[in-house]
Amino acid sequence: MARTIQSLERAAAVLRLLAGGERRLGLSDIASSIGLAKGTTHGLLRTLQQEGFVEQDPHSGKYQLGAELLRLGNSYLDVHELRARALVWTDDLARSSGESAYLGVLHQQGVLIVHHVFRPDDSRQVLEVGAMQPLHSTALGKVLAAFDPVAHNEALETGFEAITERTVTEPADFEALLDDVRARGWASDVGETWEGVASVAAPILDRRKVPVGAVGITGAEERMLGPEGLHQRLVAAVRDCARSVSRDLGAGRF
Amino acid sequence: MPDTADREYIAAIDQGTTSSRCIVFDHDGRVVSVDQKEHEQIFPKPGWVEHDALEIWANVQEVVAGALEKAKITKDQVKAIGITNQRETTLLWDKNTGVPVHHAIVWQDTRTDALCRMLGRNVGQDRFRRQTGLPLSSYFAGPKIRWLLDNVEGLRERAERGELLFGTMDSWVIWNLTGGVNGGVHVTDVTNASRTMLMNLRTLAWDESILASMEVPAAVLPEIRSSSEIYGTAKGGVLDGVPVASALGDQQAALFGQTCYSVGEGKSTYGTGTFLLMNTGTEAINSYAGLVTTVGYRIGDQQPVFALEGSIAVTGALVQWMRDQMGLIKSAAEIETLALSVEDNGGAYFVPAFSGLFAPYWRADARGVIAGLTRYVTKAHLARAVLEATAWQTREIVDAMKKDSGMELTTLKVDGGMTSNNLLMQSISDFLDVPVVRPMVSETTCLGAAYAAGLAVGFWSDVEDLRRNWRRAAEWTPDMDPAERDKEYQFWLKAVQRTMGWLGEES
Ligand SMILES: Nc1ncnc2c1ncn2[C@@H]1O[C@H](COP(=O)(O)OP(=O)(O)O)[C@@H](O)[C@H]1O
Repeated sequence: MARTIQSLERAAAVLRLLAGGERRLGLSDIASSIGLAKGTTHGLLRTLQQEGFVEQDPHSGKYQLGAELLRLGNSYLDVHELRARALVWTDDLARSSGESAYLGVLHQQGVLIVHHVFRPDDSRQVLEVGAMQPLHSTALGKVLAAFDPVAHNEALETGFEAITERTVTEPADFEALLDDVRARGWASDVGETWEGVASVAAPILDRRKVPVGAVGITGAEERMLGPEGLHQRLVAAVRDCARSVSRDLGAGRF
Repeated sequence: MPDTADREYIAAIDQGTTSSRCIVFDHDGRVVSVDQKEHEQIFPKPGWVEHDALEIWANVQEVVAGALEKAKITKDQVKAIGITNQRETTLLWDKNTGVPVHHAIVWQDTRTDALCRMLGRNVGQDRFRRQTGLPLSSYFAGPKIRWLLDNVEGLRERAERGELLFGTMDSWVIWNLTGGVNGGVHVTDVTNASRTMLMNLRTLAWDESILASMEVPAAVLPEIRSSSEIYGTAKGGVLDGVPVASALGDQQAALFGQTCYSVGEGKSTYGTGTFLLMNTGTEAINSYAGLVTTVGYRIGDQQPVFALEGSIAVTGALVQWMRDQMGLIKSAAEIETLALSVEDNGGAYFVPAFSGLFAPYWRADARGVIAGLTRYVTKAHLARAVLEATAWQTREIVDAMKKDSGMELTTLKVDGGMTSNNLLMQSISDFLDVPVVRPMVSETTCLGAAYAAGLAVGFWSDVEDLRRNWRRAAEWTPDMDPAERDKEYQFWLKAVQRTMGWLGEES
């Protein structure tokens, strides 16, 4: 048999014990049931408690399974829920940036646009909800690839088609770019998907800090860029929006 | 947060059915801060719903202070306060002590059903429609006042001696804001007054003959004012000295916030229930198609603007029902995921006449029906049918408006919690065959109150100024084959017929 990690086996035993029969158990019951010293058992329980897998009743001091375990089996965030949560924040993003705002999630080999807020001028615009964008060249896609390992794999498997002259097509360059994205917490696309169009995006994280999507703005290069590159106030607005939505997702369902 | 130190703002108070909120807006109509607090729903008997008006006033003060604090601004930066409120909820209080003599009777409360039938005499529910634009129904405030005077010991005498004041929640909040027992002004605005069943739509004054029929002494009634003028200034509290400058019922405030200032412009608010209002200009249009006629707004001494209103009792509530009673979805938004897992409704139609049919049918004997079931139908088809129910009910109201007014709705402006549902918004556009547009500020109710208050103090110069603030966040355009639309509508109408007459003699 391959080498196993003893403390994990012990933790699993604690969880199984709490899951079966009697639901709440005291420290000594647990220690004697799994045949460990109280001190060791307490250490296990404390760690499990920190992770949210176990909860301690404040009155009796007894232990029970934690809410986090339920969420583990049920962790998929509905994209329509994501849109509902993001609605006010993305409206505000479009309004403060003066550009159109998009919310994207990983879907198959690309970015699925699940929400789109028009640019706040009076021009005719068409709702792009349901459209797909490439993972390797858009700001939304790069954010997903940088923070979500599944998206990263999809991007590598799909390859790096040259959409414009500026599209990054070398895998090594792409990796370096993702490192950058991870380090500064946002991604950009300047003419890499559409000529003359720039975008900025940042990740949306759920309560466990797992990336569930990306939010960003897209607009003409002449508005989005200054002599120093992307306007910092636009980057800040996108990141503020991403943080607000993320904070909202930590607040439980409605 | 932008630097707010030397800028000017308008604060709007939304005294709603489940909570009170205060939102601070800037000159562009953007939300600067929000504070909100829920109050208790009191259910003394089945069908009765009450609120503790003292709790509500305490909450209002709290959220106003909270919103100012979150915005990091002082009262000197607040140029005016606007009020919007749950409509029709009725309160009587003692003029000298400021203490309510009974809990407020909430609009949803049905205790006056029998009284309304009695008031209809041999004429029926349209007895006061010509003067007031409303059918006799337990919703409206007049019968609720009558109930209080008849059923609470000693109230009638005290009312006749002039010791009591009546108000909907706008009046209660304004009276308290402007000093309460120390000189508070006792006023209501035309939109709220138009929901009492006591105001004549042609004169915009209390109707003597209805007061006599309803046995409501004129002494308790507030003065009817426009929706946008300075009623007084706040006395004490965090807004001391700030002008109180607007009041509008919540649906009218949303109409105003959506900048529906031209004849034929309309908005629909999709929440628990749905309210569609259409601006019909300076003429009150009688409804023969099951809608109500109401005052949309009145700015200062300008002409009043009227509206036709259609309400749907169950829209978001049906989604909640799928979640809570059926357990088919875990969150309201998931209805869209479930619905999108199939192409169409599979032949199923869901008419949620849970407590009868409202506009345009007004059939109390109707109950909900799911029609067209076959073995093929799955929960996903039902999810589609749930969303389509909201869209078809909207279509029925829009058709009734066309019949009554002869006006064609050219676009529908939408707001409320259900507007985050993309499939629903597309279905509404498809079924109505008009574009559906969502504005960038979803808080249209508070925004409307803020706009009306801001106009009164010159913070905004005119309605054109306000129109310029309106921004389109999304637009759905119709994309449905007309023959398909007609066929589906016929099935829907057939399903509606199946709901009627469910309750018969035996119940
Ligand atoms: N994405 C959605 N799809 C369908 N219904 C929704 C969605 N989000 C919210 N709702 C419904 O909208 C209602 C809440 O909207 P809201 O405007 O807050 O209502 P209210 O002001 O009446 O409380 C609820 O009934 C809920 O079921």
